[in-house]
Amino acid sequence: MKRFDEELYAYGPNPDQTTGAHYPVIIVGAGPVGLTLALDLAKKGTPAIVLDDNTRVSHGSRAICFAKRTLEIASRLGFAAPLLDKGVEWSHGRVFHGTEEIYEFDLLPEDGHGHPAFINLQQPYFEIALVDAIMAARAEGAPVEIRGGNRVTGVIPKGDHVGLAIETPDGAYRLTADWVVACDGARSPLRTMLGLSFDGRVFEDNFLIADVKMAARFPTERWFWFDPPFEGAGASALLHKQPDDIWRMDFQLGWDIDRDEELREENVRARVDGMLGAGAEYALDWTSIYTFQCRRMERFRHDRVIFAGDSAHQVSPFGARGANSGVQDAENLAWKLARVVKGDAPERLLDSYHEERSFAADENILNSTRATDFLTPKTAVSQRFRDAVLHLASRHAFARPMVNSGRLSTPCVYAGLSLNGPDDLDGPDRSCVGAACVDAPLEDGFLLPKLGGVFTVLAINTDAPDIGLKTVLIDTATQDPTGAVRARYLGQAAHALYLIRPDQHIAARWPSATADQIRDAIHIATAQEVRHAAHA
Amino acid sequence: MPLTLDPNLPDPDGFYDDLLAAHKGLSDAESEALNARLILVLANHIGDRDTLKQALKAAKASG
Repeated sequence: MKRFDEELYAYGPNPDQTTGAHYPVIIVGAGPVGLTLALDLAKKGTPAIVLDDNTRVSHGSRAICFAKRTLEIASRLGFAAPLLDKGVEWSHGRVFHGTEEIYEFDLLPEDGHGHPAFINLQQPYFEIALVDAIMAARAEGAPVEIRGGNRVTGVIPKGDHVGLAIETPDGAYRLTADWVVACDGARSPLRTMLGLSFDGRVFEDNFLIADVKMAARFPTERWFWFDPPFEGAGASALLHKQPDDIWRMDFQLGWDIDRDEELREENVRARVDGMLGAGAEYALDWTSIYTFQCRRMERFRHDRVIFAGDSAHQVSPFGARGANSGVQDAENLAWKLARVVKGDAPERLLDSYHEERSFAADENILNSTRATDFLTPKTAVSQRFRDAVLHLASRHAFARPMVNSGRLSTPCVYAGLSLNGPDDLDGPDRSCVGAACVDAPLEDGFLLPKLGGVFTVLAINTDAPDIGLKTVLIDTATQDPTGAVRARYLGQAAHALYLIRPDQHIAARWPSATADQIRDAIHIATAQEVRHAAHA
Repeated sequence: MPLTLDPNLPDPDGFYDDLLAAHKGLSDAESEALNARLILVLANHIGDRDTLKQALKAAKASG
């Protein structure tokens, strides 16, 4: 645990503090979102400076569940290995109603993916892996830097740049940037400085998190209780394993509580004892009480200041949609920002970041709100239906899919949005235009690692015109050992040509395509030609 | 699948009897719980969201 306490990006005086400086991109906030964005930009050769008032990774477990899409992004950026080494893989869970186990489930992740459906891992480990990858990229000459002990105190938007006022242990200084990305969390100081609103729905509930360290006496399963039978546990409770023999416990306490009282060690211990049984030996690793809201900014792009992650949208923790969606924000923004900075695309490409990621945020908020309404019925009749579902679920399979303790994060399909090109293939729905590419095993490894980072043509059982793009040719007769490529990318079609964006989302697909068709689709996908109106 | 709002039960009196019999002796709270479970069972049997939307609309309009 030692690295959690190290100053991984300690403050050090910088020449900019006397001379001032201008950068193409400044990222505010060294959390999972800001660091992912910085690393992605650095890998693309776009200079990125990260400012953070801290000098260490975040304290406490915080986000603990990282989904496959996040691991795929981490893999493309080269920091997946430490996550997979350390993380706990799980797929089995049990759901209880009071003392009764109403059902158990195995998420039975589909075969033929390079990464697991999700892993449990404390957020600080995720941040350490990112910091290490950034430091390694920097050591190899990538233009990226994390400046700890640099607190942004002012933001001054101008027509052609943004000014930032920064406070350090050595006093204040100023920087300017073409683009500022606020990855500074749900309470975003930048959002406040700009006077921007953050509206949504407040859920009147408090949740107590207790992360306890103990020798494992439970299987690696997710256990969830509705109306838990232990003393003072609240309306629902969760038990889930993390690395280092840490177990996440989550107790739903209701709205009208005394936070300080509930956080006193003996009161936390009383609840944990209730769950684990008297005499259980454990140490409290981290405790916290949180409330949450489901809300988002109306626009994620405010001219030259762009918001990503929790600063732009906030959801309930049920479903692992916070950090995971934030990392997807970062990857969506990185390639667009890199192109705009290099002058390869017009600034309006950045509007598609708002369009796509606010669409994703709405989907996450919808899922999160539905889970919350199931967990905390707001009226007598919603309580009645919730209990009816739980009652039926223990007896009949049909009711189990209605039990909602959080729908786990899956990548958003950008259906019908502006950057989408033609979808002319009668192919599988899961690989429609707008979807993130699904992985598949090949003769020599997996598909996704072959598709990363730049616009790529994926040609299956057909030729691709040579227009200087990265091209991946697959012949399913010899390179598709499990038939997954056929099932996931062809369906009934004999052959297909996919245009894949740098973030591995599908930009267009055809049975086969001419050079002009592919060029047109790239123009659309880089906002160089507006073909249809923005999504309403 | 369009919602059937024409008579479709071969023995309406018999069904009505069964419905009341199921609730016999239950408190109001127990009856409400039974109704909730019954709605869920029937909804799953219908299995078509559009039909269920029509049913919700028809039921609401009668309220």
